[in-house]
Amino acid sequence: MDIMQIVALGIITAILSTILKEYRPEFALKLSIVAGLVIFISLLGRFNQILEVLKGYAVKAKIDILYFSTILKVIGIAYITEFGAQICRDAGEGSIASKIEFAGKVLIMAIAVPIYAALFDIILKIMP
Amino acid sequence: MDVNLIFKIAAIGIVIAVLNNVLIRSGREEMAMMTTLTGIVVVLMMVISLISRLFDTVRTMFQL
Repeated sequence: MDIMQIVALGIITAILSTILKEYRPEFALKLSIVAGLVIFISLLGRFNQILEVLKGYAVKAKIDILYFSTILKVIGIAYITEFGAQICRDAGEGSIASKIEFAGKVLIMAIAVPIYAALFDIILKIMP
Repeated sequence: MDVNLIFKIAAIGIVIAVLNNVLIRSGREEMAMMTTLTGIVVVLMMVISLISRLFDTVRTMFQL
């Protein structure tokens, strides 16, 4: 199974990283970045399949495509933000990591504005 | 999966560490510094292409 490969990859990377950390900490950091990238890229195909299925059901249920693409965007921003923040935290730059997370939160809020707007419109319509 | 890249980076790191030690022992600090810098640049080039691939795929997949 794929999970075995990924776990083995993680363990091997962790071992190599601990060996390298003693002598060259900067290479250990790049090693962990590459491990994250490789794992993510190997999961892309599966994720695409799931997305296709979800998209099919969203079309069947006649959900506005705007909402679905907004959710996708939020997931994408959250993933990228988390990735960058974790790398910064691994490098020992916790303050930069928290700023990246803050930026991600603000951008997610900005992207979700149409959904808030729709919700508030509904609430205003219901209110007498 | 391009697992080879991980092994490549680890190998480069170990080789650079060894070279660094040898050069410093033989009294060539500036050469040791240059080898370290070269290694970092080479590895960075590999990592940057992978990062740009990740960003491109995320951008297309999530329609960002």
